Amino acid sequence: MPTSQTLYEKIWNAHVVEQRDDGTCLIFIDRHLVHEVTSPQAFEGLRVAGRRVRRPDLTLAVPDHNLPTTARLDSDGQHVPIADPESAQQLEALERNAPEFGIAYINATDIKQGIVHVVGPEQGFSLPGTTIVCGDSHTACHGGLGALAFGIGTSEVEHVLATQTLQLTRSKSMEVRVEGELGPGVSAKDVVLHITGVLGASGGTGHVIEYTGAVIRALSIEGRLTISNMAIEHGARAGLVAPDDTTFAYLKGRPMAPKGAQWDAAVAYWRSLATDTGAVYDKVVTINAADIAPSVTWGTSPEDVLPITGIVPDPSTFADPSKQEAAKKSLAYMGLTPGTAMTDIEVQNVFIGSCTNSRIEDLRAAAAILKGRKKAANVKWAIVVPGSGLVKHQAEAEGLHRIFIDAGLEWREPGCSACLGMNPDKVPAGERCASTSNRNFVGRQGPGARTHLVSPAMAAAAAVTGKLTDVRELMN
Amino acid sequence: MKPISSVIGRAYPLGLKNIDTDIIIPAAWLKTISRSGLGKGAFQSLREVPGNVFDDPAYADAPILIAGDNFGCGSSREHAAWAMADLGISAVIAPSFSDIFSGNAFKNGLLAIVLPQDAIDRLMEVAQTDSIHIDLETQTVTTPFQDRFAFEIDPFRKHCLINGVDEIGLTLKSSDAISTYETKISASQPWLTPNIA
Repeated sequence: MPTSQTLYEKIWNAHVVEQRDDGTCLIFIDRHLVHEVTSPQAFEGLRVAGRRVRRPDLTLAVPDHNLPTTARLDSDGQHVPIADPESAQQLEALERNAPEFGIAYINATDIKQGIVHVVGPEQGFSLPGTTIVCGDSHTACHGGLGALAFGIGTSEVEHVLATQTLQLTRSKSMEVRVEGELGPGVSAKDVVLHITGVLGASGGTGHVIEYTGAVIRALSIEGRLTISNMAIEHGARAGLVAPDDTTFAYLKGRPMAPKGAQWDAAVAYWRSLATDTGAVYDKVVTINAADIAPSVTWGTSPEDVLPITGIVPDPSTFADPSKQEAAKKSLAYMGLTPGTAMTDIEVQNVFIGSCTNSRIEDLRAAAAILKGRKKAANVKWAIVVPGSGLVKHQAEAEGLHRIFIDAGLEWREPGCSACLGMNPDKVPAGERCASTSNRNFVGRQGPGARTHLVSPAMAAAAAVTGKLTDVRELMN
Repeated sequence: MKPISSVIGRAYPLGLKNIDTDIIIPAAWLKTISRSGLGKGAFQSLREVPGNVFDDPAYADAPILIAGDNFGCGSSREHAAWAMADLGISAVIAPSFSDIFSGNAFKNGLLAIVLPQDAIDRLMEVAQTDSIHIDLETQTVTTPFQDRFAFEIDPFRKHCLINGVDEIGLTLKSSDAISTYETKISASQPWLTPNIA
C-alpha cells in the first residue's frame, strides 16, 4: 500500500465497492443530482425494466435547463404556463417522475430552486470527500468543495438510479498549481480561462485535476466552484480543490449538511483528505498568477483564450495545421479579422449567469462595476440571472438588483438561461455576447450566436462601454 | 445493448478537431423525452454548409465517421450518441475522445476507436473512395489497400460490446456487495446521509 496518496486517490479508494481483475471498479455514488433534460429516458428505462431507485435518499431533483427566466407566477399567484410545448413536456416529466420514484423534488417556484450546480453546494447536499454525479458535464463544479464530481450520460443516470454505483476505471491525476497572487480585476473566471488556454480543450482528458497553490487557497468557495466548474472545458473528468477551513465555514449550518456531533465527525474526516506530502501526480502544471490578466475568448473553443489586452490572432501563425484550419473556421463564424484589438470588438448582448458565474460573489463583482453607470446604447439585451432563488433573495437584500435595473439590465428568475440555447433566452444570429457562461461553441447561445467568455466584472464592463473592455479601466 | 463485433463500410471523412456535442446535436433537440429520431438534428450546423460530407451521396448511409482530436468534447448529453446512431453511424475513429462521450458511445454500442493522427490521415484518404473494416475481436482497422492499424480498448468494454451486456443487470448481480458497502459506511460515516426534508 502506498503511504502517500493524493486527494483523488483517497476519495476513489473510499468508494470502491468491488474491483474486477481487469481494473474496472464498482464505485459507490453518494449524491445524485437530477434535472429535466438528461433524466426522462433514464426513468423510462427503469419503468420498462421494472426497476426502482435504490437510494432516493441520496438523490435530489431540480428543474433548471428549460425554465424560462421570466416571472413564474402572475399577479394572482397563478403559475405562468410554459409556452414551448416540448420544454413543458420535459419539465412535467420530471415533476411526475420524481414522486413516482420517491425522489425529493424542488419545484420551479420554490426559493431553493436554481441551477443544479448552485443548489447542491448551497443546500449542503454536496459535501467534501463524496462522489457526486449528475447528467450534466459541469458537475465537475462541486469539486470546488473537495468532492469527486463528474458528469454522466443518461445510461449512467439510469445505472446510478438503479444501483447507486457506476462501473468506472481510475483516471490519471494532474496537479494544476497556481502560485502567486492575483492582480486587481483578475478573478477565478480569469484563472480558469487562462488554465484552459494553457492546457488546451483536451489537455485534461483522462485526468482528474487537483487545483492547488496559493491562489486557489486564497479563493472563496464561490471562486473555487467557478474554477472546478470549467475543468471539463480543458477535458478533465473532474476537478478538485482540497477541503479546508474556508470549505467548512461555507458548509456549516447549510440545511442538508451534517449537524452537531455529526458535523464534528465529518470535519475530522474531511481534514484527512488533503493530498499527502510526497504523493505523486501523473502530471503537474504550474501557472504563475502574474501571467493572468482579465481574459476573454476570441474563437469557438474555450481554449481560444487571450488577455483582454490581446489582438485577434492570425491563424497562419499557428504551428499546428489542424489548429490553423480550426482557427480560420472560428474567425469566420465569429466575424473577426486577425489583428483587431479585443477591446475594439462591440457587443450587442451581455449575459451574467450560468453555473459558472451566478453566485452571490459573482453578482457583487458585476454590481461593483455597474454601480452608478448605465449600459451602452448599442447593448440591446443585457440580463442578470441569479443561480438560485436564494442567491436572488440575498442579492435583493443587498440591493444589487437595484444597481442592475438602474444600469438598464434585466433582473431575472433563476435557471440555466442563455448559457445553452435551450430555453427562451438566446442570443440572435450574428450578434455578439459578452457572457459569463462556460462554452463558446458554435451555436451554443443560439444558432449563429457569437460568444465571448468573460468574468462577471468583465461582462459588466462590456455592458457599460458596449465593447469588450479591460475592467481595470473602470475600477476606482 | 445490441452485440457488435465489426463495422464494415464507407466512412464520412470529417477530419475536424474539437467536434463538440453542440455540433453533434444542438440543445434545441434535447427537449425530447425519447431516444429516437435525433438523426434529423445531427451535425446541424455542419450540414447547413453546401457540399458537406453528410449530404454527399458518395457517403450516403456510411456507418463510420473519421474525425480529429477531442471528438465529443463539451456536454454530457447522451443525445449525441443517440443522434449519431439514428443517422446510421456505428463507429467513430479519432485521435482522442472526450471521456464522457466515449462512455456514452460505449453504452449505446457505438464504437469510439482511438488511432494516432497518421493513421487518421491515411484513413481520410482511403475514405474518399473505399470502405473501411473495423474488427473489434482482433482490435484492428483495415482497408482494401493492406493498411492495418491496431487499436486499444478497455477489456471490460470490449466484452460488453461483443456480448451486448446489459450493464445494469450485471451490476445488480453485485447487490449484496453494494448492501455490505452501504452498511459499513452508514456505521463509519453516519453523517453521509443528507437531511433531505
